[in-house]
Amino acid sequence: MEFNGTLFAQYLILGVTNGALIALIALGYTLVYGIVELINFAHGEVFMMGAFLSLSAVSAFGLVSGAGWAQIALVSLVAMLAAMLFSGALNWSIDRVVYRRLRSAPRLAPLIAAIGISFILQGIGIYWKGSTTILPPNLIPTDIRSVNILTDWLGLETRIRFRALDLAVILLTVPLLIALSWLVYRTRTGKAMRAVAQDRGAAALMGIDVNRTIATAFLVGGILAGAAGFIVAYYTNTARFQMGFRYGLFAFTAAVLGGIGNLNGAVLGGLIIGLVWSMSDGFLQTYIPWWGAQWTPLIIFGVLVLVMVFKPTGLLGEAVPEKV
Amino acid sequence: MAHNVMSNGRDSSAAMLDVQDITTFYGNIQALKGISLHVDQGEIVTLIGSNGAGKTTTLQTISGLLRPRTGTITLGGKLISDKPAHVVAGLGVAQAPEGRRIFNRMTVMENLELGAYSHGKPDPNDLARVFSLFPRLEERKTQIAGTMSGGEQQMLAIGRALMARPSVLLLDEPSLGLSPMLVDTIFQIIQDINAQGTTVLLVEQNALKALAVANRGYVIQTGQIVLSGTGRELLGNDMVRKAYLGED
Ligand SMILES: Nc1ncnc2c1ncn2[C@@H]1O[C@H](COP(=O)(O)OP(=O)(O)OP(=O)(O)O)[C@@H](O)[C@H]1O
Ligand SMILES: [Mg+2]
Repeated sequence: MEFNGTLFAQYLILGVTNGALIALIALGYTLVYGIVELINFAHGEVFMMGAFLSLSAVSAFGLVSGAGWAQIALVSLVAMLAAMLFSGALNWSIDRVVYRRLRSAPRLAPLIAAIGISFILQGIGIYWKGSTTILPPNLIPTDIRSVNILTDWLGLETRIRFRALDLAVILLTVPLLIALSWLVYRTRTGKAMRAVAQDRGAAALMGIDVNRTIATAFLVGGILAGAAGFIVAYYTNTARFQMGFRYGLFAFTAAVLGGIGNLNGAVLGGLIIGLVWSMSDGFLQTYIPWWGAQWTPLIIFGVLVLVMVFKPTGLLGEAVPEKV
Repeated sequence: MAHNVMSNGRDSSAAMLDVQDITTFYGNIQALKGISLHVDQGEIVTLIGSNGAGKTTTLQTISGLLRPRTGTITLGGKLISDKPAHVVAGLGVAQAPEGRRIFNRMTVMENLELGAYSHGKPDPNDLARVFSLFPRLEERKTQIAGTMSGGEQQMLAIGRALMARPSVLLLDEPSLGLSPMLVDTIFQIIQDINAQGTTVLLVEQNALKALAVANRGYVIQTGQIVLSGTGRELLGNDMVRKAYLGED
């Protein structure tokens, strides 16, 4: 059977966009794990809460149909910032109220607490927006949603769709990824975070406030999850109290795949999973008639298990030189 | 309880670092049973004792990583024993801890910058001083710290502590695991650091070398100070000679 380049390119675009979003969430898992070695199972729900808050923020503006580009962009920006603040504050509070008290408890304690918080947040989500899938309030009109940059703006003769919506996702996500990398590798706060991740006691001897630094990691991870919440809600045009489960699971897998604790690894893992996801959901079907989206988790976790078997530290995770 | 070799105990209230009768516990295990010691401005004071005597526990308690159950520690007259480690560091106590504990995955330069964390930015003068004491560190600025040799890592641990421009520098067994030649170098550098005006509290198992460079010393045994005096006095003490210098 002949290779369908157009279709491949189509799913490539979808995969990269989804991958960037997964990376945004994966970074929250990896940041927190890197610094306190805790898998924050509530992270997916922090993402969901961000999505929910952004919907409320958009409703509060009450956009009328026929709003112009500038107005849409402004409301989007405000809704996204609100979601970032909310999720950041939420994640920070969870650490402050729960995890900090369990810092020297057996490792199972914060892990179980995280699972508990995840269900509590789902409950709050149901109370807040109901238990069914909801349509986000009007923000991006349908005609704008379907604008194809390649044909409508560039006048190209192609059947590939690269929508303004896809571009917007990339334009919102990439600067956040760069900002995070700048924070962690170029600032004093970032240096403190890396120091605490490596040796908490030694970091304290340097004058670093360990609890505050850990709190910052939760705050930053939450901020990224909030941004992802807004973007996913409007990119997929749906929201649901369980949305944190699938995205959270894929993002966590991405973090592990790339090497948990490693920022570049989270981004790489996110892209890989985004691509595998879109190729499996759509592209493979054109070649394997019985293939369908229901097999996607099998492929994703198959890839994960393979990588774990051959490189247990993940793709970019390194065995740390611990010299005495 | 502590037996002083010197004829009379001096007044320690004017000391730079003053440790008064501290007890420290690990859960129910009492590691320190009432330790008192003081370090005056400009001194090198050494704390010697065998494995498990409580030397590291004493330094960790001074640094605020452990909290004493009773007793007080003051720095320049200011109470520090009720403050967390990062605050104590900011007040001028720096430590090169046991086992070096440098940041393995960061570069030498980043480790030094972290040493100056309390000051915000590293002072170029401090950096120049560290590089003149340890030229090797300047050559290895961009190397990942965990890939350096044991001796280089010890230099980095000391250099990192110096970047804080501390009022008191705590050194926990800086000569451990180093080649004899490097041990001499490290002791020479400790004297140089002190000559440049830094007050030093030195924990060592190498009692001979430590007492030779120290103004005064304390001997610790199972969580208690059993002996104190000038370096020379302790070097001449029978009990020290038997127990720590391997003579019979
Ligand atoms: N984390 C801990 N938990 C329980 N007991 C501890 C802990 N750390 C030290 N101890 C105990 O406290 C006592 C003092 O230990 P410390 O590390 O201060 O000795 P040290 O003089 O530094 O010995 P070394 O020369 O071997 O480094 C020892 O009996 C030790 O077993
Ligand atoms: Mg020790």
